[in-house]
Amino acid sequence: MHRLLHPVAASFPMLLIGCVGLLLGWTVIGLAGLVRPRSVVLAGRLLFPLGALLGLALALLAGASLLGGGIERLILPIGLPSLPMHLRLDPLSSIFLLLLGASSFGISLFAGGYFRVGEGTAPGLLCLQYHLFLAAMGLVLIADDAYSFLVAWEVMALASYFLVTTQHRIAEIRRAGFIYLLMAHVGAICLLLCFGVLQGGSWHFTFHAMRSAHLSLGWATVAFALALLGFGAKAGLVPLHVWLPEAHPAAPSPVSALMSGVMLKTAVYGMLRVGLDLLGRPVWWWGLAPLILGLFTIVYGVLFAAVQTDMKRLLAYSSVENIGMVFTGIGLTIVFAGSGLKVFAALALLATLYHCLNHAFMKSLLFLGTGSVLHATGERNLGRLGGLIHRMPWVAWLTLIGTLAIAGLPPLNGFVSEWLLLQSFLFTGHLPHAFVNLLIPMAMALVVLGAALAGYVMVKFYGVIFLGQPREAALARAHDCGWLERIGLTWLAVGCVALGLFPLQVIRALGAVTHQLVGAVVPQSSSHWWLLAPVPERSVSYAPLVFLTATLAVVLMTVLAVRLAYRQRERRGPAWDCGAGNLTARMQDTAEGFGQPIRHLFQPFFQIERELPEPTDRAPRYRVVVRERIWRLMYEPISGAVEGLANIAARLQQGRISVYLLYSFLTLLVLLAVALIR
Amino acid sequence: MTHLPLYQQLLDSCAALLLLLSFAMLSQRRVVALVNLYAVQGAVLAATTLLLAWRTGQDHLYVSAALTLALKVMLLPWLLHRLIRRLQVHRDTEPLLNVSGIMLVGLVIVVFAFSLAQPITRLASTATRSAIGIALAVVLLAFLMMITRRKAVSQVMGFLSMENGVLFGAMSASYGMPMIVELGIALDVLVAVLVLGVFFFQIREQFDSLDLHHLESLKEHQ
Repeated sequence: MHRLLHPVAASFPMLLIGCVGLLLGWTVIGLAGLVRPRSVVLAGRLLFPLGALLGLALALLAGASLLGGGIERLILPIGLPSLPMHLRLDPLSSIFLLLLGASSFGISLFAGGYFRVGEGTAPGLLCLQYHLFLAAMGLVLIADDAYSFLVAWEVMALASYFLVTTQHRIAEIRRAGFIYLLMAHVGAICLLLCFGVLQGGSWHFTFHAMRSAHLSLGWATVAFALALLGFGAKAGLVPLHVWLPEAHPAAPSPVSALMSGVMLKTAVYGMLRVGLDLLGRPVWWWGLAPLILGLFTIVYGVLFAAVQTDMKRLLAYSSVENIGMVFTGIGLTIVFAGSGLKVFAALALLATLYHCLNHAFMKSLLFLGTGSVLHATGERNLGRLGGLIHRMPWVAWLTLIGTLAIAGLPPLNGFVSEWLLLQSFLFTGHLPHAFVNLLIPMAMALVVLGAALAGYVMVKFYGVIFLGQPREAALARAHDCGWLERIGLTWLAVGCVALGLFPLQVIRALGAVTHQLVGAVVPQSSSHWWLLAPVPERSVSYAPLVFLTATLAVVLMTVLAVRLAYRQRERRGPAWDCGAGNLTARMQDTAEGFGQPIRHLFQPFFQIERELPEPTDRAPRYRVVVRERIWRLMYEPISGAVEGLANIAARLQQGRISVYLLYSFLTLLVLLAVALIR
Repeated sequence: MTHLPLYQQLLDSCAALLLLLSFAMLSQRRVVALVNLYAVQGAVLAATTLLLAWRTGQDHLYVSAALTLALKVMLLPWLLHRLIRRLQVHRDTEPLLNVSGIMLVGLVIVVFAFSLAQPITRLASTATRSAIGIALAVVLLAFLMMITRRKAVSQVMGFLSMENGVLFGAMSASYGMPMIVELGIALDVLVAVLVLGVFFFQIREQFDSLDLHHLESLKEHQ
């Protein structure tokens, strides 16, 4: 504990050098894929599992750095002549590196079994793009100057773009990739400007110089707003989220998992780095922007998730919702930190970081689960799935853990972070600002609504895919996933369970981060290792192990009681047939039907297209497509304006050489005339 | 009235001749005559350079004069004549503006060039400083010629004439450019003519004509 409160700068950056070595290792593995680009055996059975091991090593290194709580620096003589590459490993980097390494271990193992021949890009090339993506994300997390940061940021965007467009022969996927690339660039421009403001006239682009730059309030606010836009576009903050529901269904599942689980978190990392580290002590009302946007994002994301019929699109919207939770947490942290309430800020930051960790595990798990379903059935449409728990027990049971976790049920991990977030919301009454301390606690209702609807969404997701009866005959041929995929899924599921059962230990480890960013750690009032009681003033506590034991005991006793009471008289029959006997697949609730109440209640949010079957149709199908109004309200006017301007500019382009010559002639004359006048 | 020395009178009349030739090229529509005018312009330029070299005793100007003579009076006109014969272009089509209109614009440009050159003339110390305005006018007139012509060959003539103007300007302002630059420019011009010659054949093959308005169809359509 003593070392944690007084971070010591290590003299020799051993852990950091280790991290750099691992990132280089990923790059080398990626290049090795090019040796035999068409070989699935080389990429899948050797390189991807090797990359997974490097991920595990990275997680261990980052964990060691986090527990040590020290800061390591390294300057590599590559990059611009006057700006060598500055690297730094501090607790904030460490926690996100841990997240990257640990979740990529599971995802890479899964990817080793997942990629096959004949799916667009050759496996070897995929291996290169995938590992460059990983290495770039790692570099983003340890970069300590704006130049390295942005280079890594762009490599990350490009590598993921190529991964998204793996099946580039399909026009729709190319379009999704384009939208993603466009939003990534809009975000990157904002970040470029943000760093330009942050250097504060010193023209030194190291983060160290930015920390010591003294910005006026106005410029600091501009920098914060630009960071919110830039990182918000990457994270998927509404209204900049539009690329998420397009890119995630387009990408192969391990890539979706990596993008949703890890890449979105690099944006969160950036937001924390700029908002709480580079800008120094934040102004409290800055926090209102991420708070309000975050709350809106939660509700917006979860509503759209509820009405989706494509399973990966549903998960993408669910990611939007979770990013909303995270940004709400960031907003609260900044409000508290700016008001000088350090302990509460630490609590909100804790909730934010915890939720990032959780989401990395559970969302990766779910995306990988959909990947297995997609491979086994070739279907993404929920309306053509069902009953897969009998055909794919491994996938189904492991996905169930992720589903329960993301729905926020104890004793799994989703509950812990949402509980912490709500706890920190309860302290907003202590804020020394009139009205704000009244309004923010009320906004908490939105978080609760989001959490509740997330449960609804997950019931739909799991129920329609895995439970009930198969909706198509072809589903009978579905097969379970291979052993590499099983290991990957199991790792992520174990992560979900462990993060849920041992919150106290996780929070202790996160103490170094909160101490670094807001200067406080969350106090522990209880001395029991199994009891989480983060708030001394309040007698709130949570003991996941006790909950689990009690639940298991109740279930066990019920089973025993039933066995004893009905000995020899049990019968097995089809579920839910109510004794009628001939239940068909078409009698089940569909994805559309399940989402109908939400669609009805929140109609103004959606732009709905229905396709009703004819009365004479032998096999009627009801189809409904829900689009976002935001396209028409925001993006179409923008793109229209851009096109209009481009058309005006195009009038200059006559295509006639004489006219072009005239342009240069007139330019020459004007310049000469200006010279003459001066 | 002050009495100018003979070489100064000669230089000034050469400069005047250059300007006159520029106007002649601007109004000339027959391509063969254009090439001949270009050759004459080159010859006048070579004579001016020779005169300057003799007067100032700078040896590299002799080389420059020889280069101008060889390249602009002999080699390039020969190449161009051959090109014209093989391409069968003798007349340019109607220019974009009628000839008298172009001449009027040319007049305005000359006035502009002279007023522009005045401050430079005051600063320069060379014997030929009064010709700077003319050099500028030659460049701008050549530019005007490029704008108003439709045929690719005439545009190349304009380009070459412009290069003459630039060379003359350098000569009047500071007795020529460093040798290495001059050699480089000479090589550039030669290569440009060769490459453009190839282009002409390609353009004709594509469009059956050397009229550049066909190139408008290369523009991206909406």
